[in-house]
Amino acid sequence: MIQYAAIILFVFGIYGLFTNKNVIKMIISLNIMEIGLNIFIISIGFNYDGIAPIISSTNDLGYIFVDPLPQALVLTAIVIGVGTTALGLAIAKNIYKTYNTFELDEMEESA
Amino acid sequence: MKNLFGFLISVTLGIFMILALTNTNAFPEFGHASIDNRVSSQYLNIDNVEEVGSGNIVTAIVVGYRGFDTLGEVTVLFISALGVAFMLSSPKQKRIDLKFKPNFMLRVGSKILFGIILVTSFYIILHGHLTPGGGFPGGAIIASSVLLLYLADDKFRSNIKSFKILEGVAGSLFVIIGLLGLVFATYFLQNFLPAGHVGELLSAGIIPIIYILIGLKVGSEIAGIVDNFLTEEESA
Repeated sequence: MIQYAAIILFVFGIYGLFTNKNVIKMIISLNIMEIGLNIFIISIGFNYDGIAPIISSTNDLGYIFVDPLPQALVLTAIVIGVGTTALGLAIAKNIYKTYNTFELDEMEESA
Repeated sequence: MKNLFGFLISVTLGIFMILALTNTNAFPEFGHASIDNRVSSQYLNIDNVEEVGSGNIVTAIVVGYRGFDTLGEVTVLFISALGVAFMLSSPKQKRIDLKFKPNFMLRVGSKILFGIILVTSFYIILHGHLTPGGGFPGGAIIASSVLLLYLADDKFRSNIKSFKILEGVAGSLFVIIGLLGLVFATYFLQNFLPAGHVGELLSAGIIPIIYILIGLKVGSEIAGIVDNFLTEEESA
């Protein structure tokens, strides 16, 4: 069951966000969460008999297709995820330049 | 103690999510989703497919039906690239020092690979309305070819200014094509070119044109992000 695997990935990501104090590890947790969410959204539209929603000629329309709408939404979500990850890593690089550490605890001590 | 607390919260959340997977219309049992009662049955309706003309239904949704949403998505990527440039760019940049020195074979081989990767990316962008792929994956492949050149040659600096111009031109043309839809048809980003036959390269009206623009814009934006991460201030 891929939906359970997606939920487990999402839970791993939340656990990582709760417990980690390292900026890089938090960004990785956020990405794991996002992958779980994307797999879950894709799985909503999946059908065992379905084929990919690509039509090479108009005679193909008799087949069963998987739902194309979740795939289109996930395409959007992946691109936004790339943007947020890049921005987060840029902030992490600036944090390292200022405090010489990625750990949030050590930053409070040095501040 | 804190770890245990986080563990309990996340496990409870996971159990609630699994319990919420009732076999209803909104969350069907895995592998038994039916599109008959969903909006997607309209996307796969033969009249609508012929009207849009795009063989790849996902592309038809992303660029055709939800083109305005895609414009917003490209804007989000643009703003994040702008934020990365704002935080990391500094004058007089050079590439950061990596631990390995590239030899002759690596430099020449990476230039040959660069051409092959670039051609593949253009193929993927051009066939976005026929095959899986399109502007976003193709743009990411363009950026990966630029990343290869950065990693293989320590003197390499891509021409970031021309990337910026390309990005701006592609983004403006996207909006201009949308406004042309307002002029020649009735609403923003409407298809005003003939749809053609489903499955041919020159079909689907403005969808391939917009996907090429998206590919160039995404490619130049991610190449700009790569440049910002891989350069540092020159310590003279």
